[in-house]
Order: sequence, then structure tokens, then C-alpha cells
Amino acid sequence: MAQFNLNINGKTQQVDVDPSTPLLWVLRDHLDLVGTKFGCGIAQCGACTIHLNGTAVRSCQLPVSATEGAQITTIEGLSENGDHPVQQAWMEHDVPQCGYCQAGQIMTAAALLQQNPNPSDEEIENAMNGNICRCGTYLRIKAAVKTAAQKL
Amino acid sequence: MATTSEKLNRRSFLKVSALAGGGLLLSFNWLSGCKPKELEKLGLPKEWFGLNGYIKIGKNGLITIMSPNPEGGQNVKTSMPLIVAEELDADWKNVVVEQAPLDTDNFTRQFIGGSQAIRIGWIPLRTAGATARALLVAAAAQTWNVPANEITTSAGILEHKASGKKANYGEMGSLAATLEIPKEVELKEISEFNLIGKSHKNVESKNIVTGKPLFGIDYKKEGMLIAMIIHPPAHGLRLKSFDASQAITMSGIRDIFQIKSHQDDYERTFFDTTSFTDLVAIVGKSTWEVMNAKKAVKVEWEEFSTYDENRDWFGRKEVRTIPKGLENHDLQTQKMTAASKNAQTVRKDGNPEAAFATAAKIIERTYHGPFLAHNCMEPMNFFAHVQGDQVDCAGPLQKPELTEQALSARLGLPLENINIEMTRLGGGYGRRSYAHWLIEAAVISQKVNAPIKLIYTREDDMTGGIYRPMYQATYRAALDKDNNLIGFHVNAGGLVEPPLYANRFPAGAVDNYLAEEWIVPSNITVGSFRAPRSNFIAAAEQSFLDEIAEAVNKDPIEFRLSLLEKAKNNPVGDRNDYDPERYAGVLNLVKEKSNWDQKTEGISRGVSAYFCHNSYAAQVLDLKIENSQVKIEKVTQAIDCGILINPDASKNLCEGAVVDAVGTAMFGELKFISGAPDRSNFDQYRMIRLKEAPKEIETHFVASQVDPTGLGEPAYPPVFAALANALYQATGKRFYNQPFIHDLNGLA
Repeated sequence: MAQFNLNINGKTQQVDVDPSTPLLWVLRDHLDLVGTKFGCGIAQCGACTIHLNGTAVRSCQLPVSATEGAQITTIEGLSENGDHPVQQAWMEHDVPQCGYCQAGQIMTAAALLQQNPNPSDEEIENAMNGNICRCGTYLRIKAAVKTAAQKL
Repeated sequence: MATTSEKLNRRSFLKVSALAGGGLLLSFNWLSGCKPKELEKLGLPKEWFGLNGYIKIGKNGLITIMSPNPEGGQNVKTSMPLIVAEELDADWKNVVVEQAPLDTDNFTRQFIGGSQAIRIGWIPLRTAGATARALLVAAAAQTWNVPANEITTSAGILEHKASGKKANYGEMGSLAATLEIPKEVELKEISEFNLIGKSHKNVESKNIVTGKPLFGIDYKKEGMLIAMIIHPPAHGLRLKSFDASQAITMSGIRDIFQIKSHQDDYERTFFDTTSFTDLVAIVGKSTWEVMNAKKAVKVEWEEFSTYDENRDWFGRKEVRTIPKGLENHDLQTQKMTAASKNAQTVRKDGNPEAAFATAAKIIERTYHGPFLAHNCMEPMNFFAHVQGDQVDCAGPLQKPELTEQALSARLGLPLENINIEMTRLGGGYGRRSYAHWLIEAAVISQKVNAPIKLIYTREDDMTGGIYRPMYQATYRAALDKDNNLIGFHVNAGGLVEPPLYANRFPAGAVDNYLAEEWIVPSNITVGSFRAPRSNFIAAAEQSFLDEIAEAVNKDPIEFRLSLLEKAKNNPVGDRNDYDPERYAGVLNLVKEKSNWDQKTEGISRGVSAYFCHNSYAAQVLDLKIENSQVKIEKVTQAIDCGILINPDASKNLCEGAVVDAVGTAMFGELKFISGAPDRSNFDQYRMIRLKEAPKEIETHFVASQVDPTGLGEPAYPPVFAALANALYQATGKRFYNQPFIHDLNGLA
């Protein structure tokens, strides 16, 4: 066990956990931030995607010990009122079916648009290809990313 | 578009009971997620008035509508309340939707499965809305002292035009809740619908995109511990012993012990399937600690002997023998070939033997489908808290009523002592009908005497032992010298269930018809998977029809239409369970919308159509092969599900069915090596990703006045064959074995 001071969604949070604990489980079990989802545990599905200093990363493979001093953003902190352009576009296109993967999809999309405000179709496909949607909402995801890009 | 029309039974007898008033169950946070426009909506009322099991009217006019069924992405949490709101004449923007718990007194069939929620709910949901409306009208009539039939309703407002009196529903709620429930109510004519048939956004959108705790895996209670299980690594094995001496000393670990999810002599019902009843349970403070301890438990397994399982499958009692052994894929395939030679006749029309004996040409093809894992994105999980003889559970499941019965039997407690709260499902696809993990969670909670949440890892989930069966089907067609289809023979079976529907098309369209089925017993456990059976047999049948059409030099759509014409005008047999006119309807619509007669250079097209779960679907799939990669340019689909409730959400569901089916057809498979599945996570089990999805999907619905039927499944099965038939056009090779990726390698 060790203490870590984490900067999550603009707030400093202290946790006392094993240093090897993936950030995913720190968020879900210790900080009640359950919007970040457990899907595979091996960085293959993207359900656990968060932002680490603005970059989309898989929190299931990220030990908490590697996150001290970094700015961590989760789906709960992406916007204050749930009105980030990507979230708005997701609602406009009524993207979700079961909805389980969507927080990860949104975090990946938001990071993409942060770095590349006008992505081509191919750039969207490349960026979003790591996130599995079992319900098959991919076309709406793609359309929503394009809509969000226009709003940004 | 030709459609049949059925007159609604507009007199509907009521079976509703009064709900105790009051009871504020919503939080502001939850509420804010339900409406798109903050300014127009009402705040929370001071008082609620229950009009029936579905509806509570707030004093200020805000209305709560209960959504009876579990939600796993079918969008019933929006569409079922929308149907209630239609007959209630509610103002949709002032409706909040609440998930009902399992409540067999107030609701029927709180299931996900078979695409039946809307079909079966259609009249009860409307009746609930109409009853509440009638009570509000009666209350207004009494208050204003005017005849009830002079009062009109619209968007949550009651009005008596002659006297100029007006009130919102909330003002009459208090009185309405005390009035006698009418024995009969009038339902609206279809032409009077205001909400049904117009697109309404998912009521849960905002909560989903902001990461609110909606799913079972997000559930938390004070003092809750985390539990995981270890199940045998292979079918044919059972727990012999375990050594937790090291694991129990690890940080955060509370207890490690053996559990039994079903007693050996338990008479299992249909959805009680589970391979692994003896498990090791690990309980601790946090998920990561439990995961680590799980790895440190040393377990010894042993092969079990052949045993008998008592079953009660919907009243059919039987003893099923579960064979011992660690099965291998190759041997399973050989057993299936052997079993197919000893099949049982399910349907026979005319004289198929004579037709094949006199045929000028016989076409025979065999199709294979592998085991599939459901791979819901939310791994299996459930919360349970057993306190003495009281049980509280919460989580995602598809058949809560049946699971509650199984849990009652396992714990020896009456049903009324068990509460099941239904959370949103992170996917179901059939997997969450087999809720052995709920039983496991309750047994674990009972043992540690604490609230626990059981979580499966992805590996536990994928190797957890419920799979789409492995299937095989052989089709034979007899053609005379003029290329008429004079005989049709299907021989289909599976390990351990057959995929056949003997009375579906083309049964009824061919004079001499033979359908046979068989099974191979096994200790591999199988279960429902999106569009059970149809998900394989449609692929085989519709690929085979494509081949016959080619052999008789007919356009594949025209060939199907000519068979349907015969089934309509001169049907063979009287057990055909499809409507040839509606079947032809979706084919004609997809032909028109896809510009089927127009060929495009470089694009290969395939068509397919199927009827299952009471709805009809047809697809035309366009693809090209570029740099050895299959690129699906477009899928055009036509669907007939009767009256459309929520058009855009329906489209979403049908688009998803196409993507899911393309992925499964191309990549989905799981094999057994020495009883163990050869895939356990997404690095091995290939799932379709955005780049592989069709670039465009166009969905058209047949305009219809027929009562609505379901959409979760019907669009899924035909896609497989539309893809196979398009791949044939592109490569010159037929695709008989799923997943197609193996036969594509080296070709494309």
C-alpha cells in the first residue's frame, strides 16, 4: 500500500492503494467514478479510456503509480454540465444502444478532436478503431465525431 | 407497397391494480438526464398520485411512466413508456421514465428475449395509458360537473370547450386516484397517434454520455465487498480441491471458499443452464486485490463421469445424460457428420424421394457454423445481499422472473423474500438469460454474511460456458429438365441443439419437401444467442437459394419472389408459419431502394431475406475487394415490423444488427481443444471494429397498419447470406463455412 495524490478532473484526490493497481480500479472502486468501464482488462476494447495529460489512454493497463503529477480526465470531468461538443453530438445522433462502451468512445473522440479539430474520414476511423462497440453503433459514432468537429 | 391490415381490438379489458400513491423515487440528477430542453420541463412535484402500475401523476403535472422490461440496448425504456404516453395523451417532455423492478403482480413478461416486448406489450401498455386517461377525464367531469364525453385531452391538458374549463393532469390526479377503474376503455385509432411513429430520443442518453452509474457493474452499497469466482478451465472437468493458503494472506482478502450454484439433484428449467456448478469464490475489499488473490489460488481439477441431469423444460420433464470427456473440435465435427446420417424427419410434403430419383439435376451443399461467445461489453456481474431470510439483488439480467424462481429453489426461500432490482444491461444477446452468476452471488453473500458484488473477468466471461451451438446443415435441391425446383431437402443439426425451423420458407413453396434434424450430445453448454437458430439457418438457406437461382438462370430476387408467389397462391401443407405477401414485400422494397437492377462497375452485390420473431427483413449488400481487403460499401435493408413505434431508434437497432452480423460472419468463432475454449479475450476473439463496418447502411420500413412486432433480432440473420452471396460475386467462390475470413485468406 502507498499513498498517491492524483489530479482527477481538476481536483486533487488522495488514495491509499497498492502501487500496481490500475487507474481503472482506483477510479471505480476507490473514488466512485464508475463512468470509466471495465471491458477486457488487456487494453483491447477501449471501454476504460481516459485522458492522461490530454491523451487518450487505457486506464486498465495504467498503474496508479505512473499517474501522479499527471492531469487525469474521466468521462465525469469531460465537461461540467455534460455538454462537451462530443457529448452533444452523441445525443444529437442518438448513438448509444446498450451504452456500455460509449464513455470510452467519447473520451477517444474528444482526445482526437483536441489534437486534430478537422479529422478526415480515415483519421476518424484510425482513431476510433481501438474501441469496440458490441451493439454495432459505429456509423453513428463516426457521424457524431464529424458533427462534433463542426461544433468545435 | 402491399400490406395487410388488421383491425385492432379496440375494447380492451383491464387487468390493472392501483399503486400506492406517493413514494418519490427519483433524484434530480437522474431527472435532468431525461429531457433535452431544461427550460420547458417541470420540476419535481410535491406529491405523486398512482393511477395504475405504470403511471404516477405529479401534482404539478409531471408524469412518471414505469418501463416494465429490462433495457439492454433495444431502447424499450423509451419505446414502451412512449406507447403508454400515447394513449394517456401525455406531454412527452414532461414525462420521466423509471425502471420498474421485477413485479409479477403489476407487469407481465418482464423479459428480454425473442423480440417480443413491443408485440406482447402493445395492448397492455396502451390499455394502461388509456385507463389513466379515462380516470383523469372522469375526475375532471366530476369536478366541473360536465359530461365526461365532452372533455378532450391533449399533451397533458384536460379541456371542456363549452364551459371554457381547463386543467393540467396534475390538478386532477388526486381525485382520479380515488375513482373506480373503468372496466373497459377505448383505444385510439392509428390515425390518431401523436407520439407513435415519430422519432423520440433515448430517455437515458444524457446519463450514458456523462458516465452515470447505470449498469450492474456500477452498483454499490455501503459495506459491499467484491467477489470473483474460479470455474473449471475446460468442459468435462470439475473442482477436485484447492489450496488458498497463500491467497488468503494477501492484502484485502476476506475469505476464499467453495460454493455450489445448483444442488446435484436440482431439476433445471430452460434458463438454468450452467456448466460449472462447483466453484471457488474469492471475496475481498477491492477488485484489484481480489483479482490478484484469484491468481494465487492453486486449484486441482478432475474429469467427471457421465451423469444425468433432471430437466423441466417448460413442463417437459426429461433426464438428459451429460457425457464425460474433454472434447476436441475435430472429433466434434466427425460426430456431427455421423449424426446427420441418422436424422429425424420433422416435416415431409409430397414424395421427396421420388423427386430426387427423377431429378435432371441435384445440387447438394453443406454449411457450417462455429460456437460463438456472446461477448457482452459489460462482463457478467451481480450484486446480492442475503440477510437471514431476506434477499436483495441488483444487476443486469434478461429473465428476472425465471431467475428469481431458481434462486428461491436454491436458497429455500419464498419468492416474496427476494427482491430483484433491474439495472441497465451492457449488452445481453441471450447471454444474460442464463443468470447462474446471480445464484452464485447470492450464495457467496450468504456465506460471508455481507453485501457483495460478483464480477467476472473478461476471461471468466468468455470461457464461462454458454455458447451459440456449433451447427451444420446440408441442403439438396432437385431440378427437373426445365429447371423447375421439384424437390427440397434440408438436414440440419447441432452440438447440442438443432437450428432447424421446418415450417419456414421455402417450406410451403415446394411440392416435395423433406426437413430432418439431429443433435450431438456433449458436455459443452449452449444457449440462446441473438436470433437463436435463425442466426445460422438463415445464412445456410439464403446462400443455398442463391446457388439454386444461379443454377436455374434466374435473378436471385425474382427466384425468391416466384417461390413466394407459389406459397401464396398454392401453398403446400398447412403449417407454414410465414406470410408470403409480407415476405415478398420486403424483397420488393429492398429491390427498389437498392436499385437492384442497376449494376455498378467494381461493386459486387448479394441479397438475402428472412422471417423470424414475427418480423420480416431483407438486405442487399454491396462490397468491393481492395488491396486484399473486403470493403462493404453499402447495405440497403427493408424491414416489416408492422407499425413503427420510434423510427430513428428502430433504425439504430437494425443498423447495429447489420454491423454485428457482418462481424460475426467474418470473424466470430470459438473452438474446443481438450474441452477448453481456444479464445478467452479480445486479443484472440476478433470483434468487428469501425474500419470493418459497412460504410453506409440505409434502412427502410414497410409502411404498415399491422400491430407492431419486434426488432432486436429479425434484421440480424439474413445479413450473413447477403455477405456470402456478395463475396461469391466478388471472388467466384461460395462461402460455406463461418467465419468467412478463413476461406477469404488467399482469395481476396
